[in-house]
Amino acid sequence: MLRIDIETCIGCGVCEEECTFAAIEVVDGVAVVNEKCTLCGSCVDSCEAGALSIEREEKAVQADLAKWSGIMIYAEFRHGIVVPVSFELLGIGRQLADQQKVPLSAVLLGSGLGNAARDLVSYGADIVYQVDDPALEYFTDEIYGNILEDVVLEQKPEVVLAGATAIGRSFIPLVATSLATGLTADCTQLAIRPEDGVLLQTRPAFGGNIMATIECPYTRPQMATVRPRVMKAAQEDQNRKGEIINYQPHPDRLQSRVKVLRNVLEEQDQINITEGDIIVAGGRGLENEKGFELIKQLADAVGGAVGASRAAVDSEWIAYPHQVGQTGKTVNPKLYIACGISGAIQHVVGMQSAEAIVAINRDSHAPIFDVATYGIVGNLFEVVPKLIEKIKERKG
Amino acid sequence: MNIIVCIKQVPDAKDVRLDPKTNTMAREGVESIMNPFDRHAVEEAVRLTEQHGGTVTVLSMGPPQAEAVLREAVSCGADEAVLVSDRSFAGADTWATTYTLGKAIDKVGPFDLILCGKQAIDGDTAQVGPGLARRLNIPYVSYVRKITGFENGAIRLHRLMDDGYDEVEIPLPGLLTVVKEINVPRVPSLKGKMKAKSLSIRTLNAEDIEADAGSLGLPGSTTQVVKVFAPEFKGERAMLEGTVDEQVEQLINKLEPYL
Repeated sequence: MLRIDIETCIGCGVCEEECTFAAIEVVDGVAVVNEKCTLCGSCVDSCEAGALSIEREEKAVQADLAKWSGIMIYAEFRHGIVVPVSFELLGIGRQLADQQKVPLSAVLLGSGLGNAARDLVSYGADIVYQVDDPALEYFTDEIYGNILEDVVLEQKPEVVLAGATAIGRSFIPLVATSLATGLTADCTQLAIRPEDGVLLQTRPAFGGNIMATIECPYTRPQMATVRPRVMKAAQEDQNRKGEIINYQPHPDRLQSRVKVLRNVLEEQDQINITEGDIIVAGGRGLENEKGFELIKQLADAVGGAVGASRAAVDSEWIAYPHQVGQTGKTVNPKLYIACGISGAIQHVVGMQSAEAIVAINRDSHAPIFDVATYGIVGNLFEVVPKLIEKIKERKG
Repeated sequence: MNIIVCIKQVPDAKDVRLDPKTNTMAREGVESIMNPFDRHAVEEAVRLTEQHGGTVTVLSMGPPQAEAVLREAVSCGADEAVLVSDRSFAGADTWATTYTLGKAIDKVGPFDLILCGKQAIDGDTAQVGPGLARRLNIPYVSYVRKITGFENGAIRLHRLMDDGYDEVEIPLPGLLTVVKEINVPRVPSLKGKMKAKSLSIRTLNAEDIEADAGSLGLPGSTTQVVKVFAPEFKGERAMLEGTVDEQVEQLINKLEPYL
C-alpha cells in the first residue's frame, strides 16, 4: 500500500498532479490516497519532501534469480519458412544479449525445418535448439508449450521473447503459467535496466490510448511477446558461427489433447497484412464492393497489401483477415494509405504506429486526418484513379 | 453441457485517454461495459445449451459494480451468475487473475466447457484464457471463430490463424476463447430482463474460494506496472492543397521513399 507520512507531507499537491489515476488528493493540507491507487510509484518519485513510500508485502523471490542468464527467443516456423517476426526478435535479442554479455539462443520447432536453424545463426543466434518432428507439423498449444517449457527449465534464460502472432499469443501464456512467471503481451519497446538486469517491457493498453511500462521483478524468466514489425530485424551475416542442437523431447511431451485435423489457407487472404511494408485500406467511403476494387488496384500499383475498416468488412466487401483495428489486426507498415476511412478510434489504434499515414477522405473533419502524415480532402473516386495512373507512370 | 463463461467489466477503451499535459486519465463520460468479446462468448454458450441442453453460468471477477455485466449476460440468456469479489483481488495481473478464477471455478463446481472472449479491451493481453486452462489442467483452443460440431464428448471448431484457419478437435472438459465473428449476440429478451432483475447473484470472496492470500491481487502478481504515459504521435502533418492533379503530384513526391 501507499504510505503517506503526514508529518513530512507539506501538502504541496505535486503528487496529486503526478498521479495518472486520480488516486491521490490533498485534503486539509495533507495528501490522501483513495482506492484508485495502483501502486505505480509515480508519486513516490515526485515527492520532494520524501513523504511517500510504497509498502509491499514481503514477496517470495525465486531463490536463484541470478542463476538465470541468457536471452532466448522463440522462432516461429510455419508453412516451410521462419516467420519474419523471428528475425526481428533476433534483432532486439542480440542487442539485449550484447548489453548483458550473455548468449542469444533460439528455439525452433516444426516439421521439415531444412536450413532454418542455420538462417537463425546467420541472423544473430549463438545457439539454436531445434526439434524437427512430425508431431510438430501442426501447431498445438500443448506440444509447442511443453517443449518450450522444458528447454527454458534446462537452459534457464533470464529473458524469453516470442512474436505476438496468433501462435505466440496463444501458447506463450501457457508456458508462462507453467513456469509460474510473469508475461507481458504485445510489447513495442524492450530495454534491460543495467543495475539489476530487470527487463522494462513497454506496451500499449486501452486499445493503444495509453502506454504502460511493466516489470517482472521477482521471478524468472522475464517473458514478453513482441508485436511484429516494431523491432528492427537483425542483419544477416552468413559467416556468423553458432551451435545447432537437436533437442530430444520426452515422448510424453509430444502428446496433445487437442488435435488439429487440417490447416486451411484462406485463398484470397494469403498475404498476412501484418507483414507488409505498405497497406492500402478502404472503408465505408468506397460505397460498395465495386468501389472497393479501387483499393485492390491501388494496392497492386504500390505493391502493398489490402486492409479494411470494420465497416467495409461488415458490408462484406472484403474478408475479415483484412480488417485493421481493435477487433481486427494491428499493423505497423512503413506506409498506410487510408481511403474513405473516417478514422474511428477503434480503427486508428490498429494502424497509428505506421511510419507514414496517408488519408484520402471527402470530409475534412474526419478524425483520420488527426493521425495522417499527409491528407487529401477530396472525392476518392477522382483521387485514387489518378494516383494509380501516376504511380504506374513513375514505375514505368 | 454445463458451461461457465468468464466475463469482465471494462471501461469503454475508446474513451480512455491520457491528457498529455497532466498525464492523468480522462475518465469523464467513460462508461463501464461488458467486454465486447465476452458478449460473443455468452451468446455461443447460450446457443450450445439451446442445442445440447445444460446450463450457462456467467462468472465475473471484479468490484461489486461488476454485477451489472452479470445481470446483462443473464438478460441475454445465461442461467446463473457468480460474482468473485474481494478487496484483496485489486491490482491482480493475469497470473493472479487466473489463480483467482481457477479457485473460484473449483468452488462453482463441475463444468464441461469454459468460454472466454479472446481478450479484454482494457488490457488486450489475451493471457487469461490460456492461463486459466493451465491452472485447471484442461486443454484449450484460442481464437475460435466457429464451432462446427459436438460429438463423443469433443467439440470440433475452426481456430483463426494469421494466414487462415485450423480445423481442430478438443475433448471436454476444455476451454475456448472466441473471436467476434463466431456469432452475432442477441439483444436481451423481455423474459431475460425480468430474470436478470430478480436473479440473486452468488458472491464469492477470498475466503469462500479458499485462496492463499499471498497469491491474490497486487501482492500475488508476477508483473508490476511501473509507469503509464500517453503515446507519442510522430511525423509531419500536412494537408495537401490545390487541384486533384496537384495534390496527387505532391503526394507522389512525398511518398517517393516508400514506393
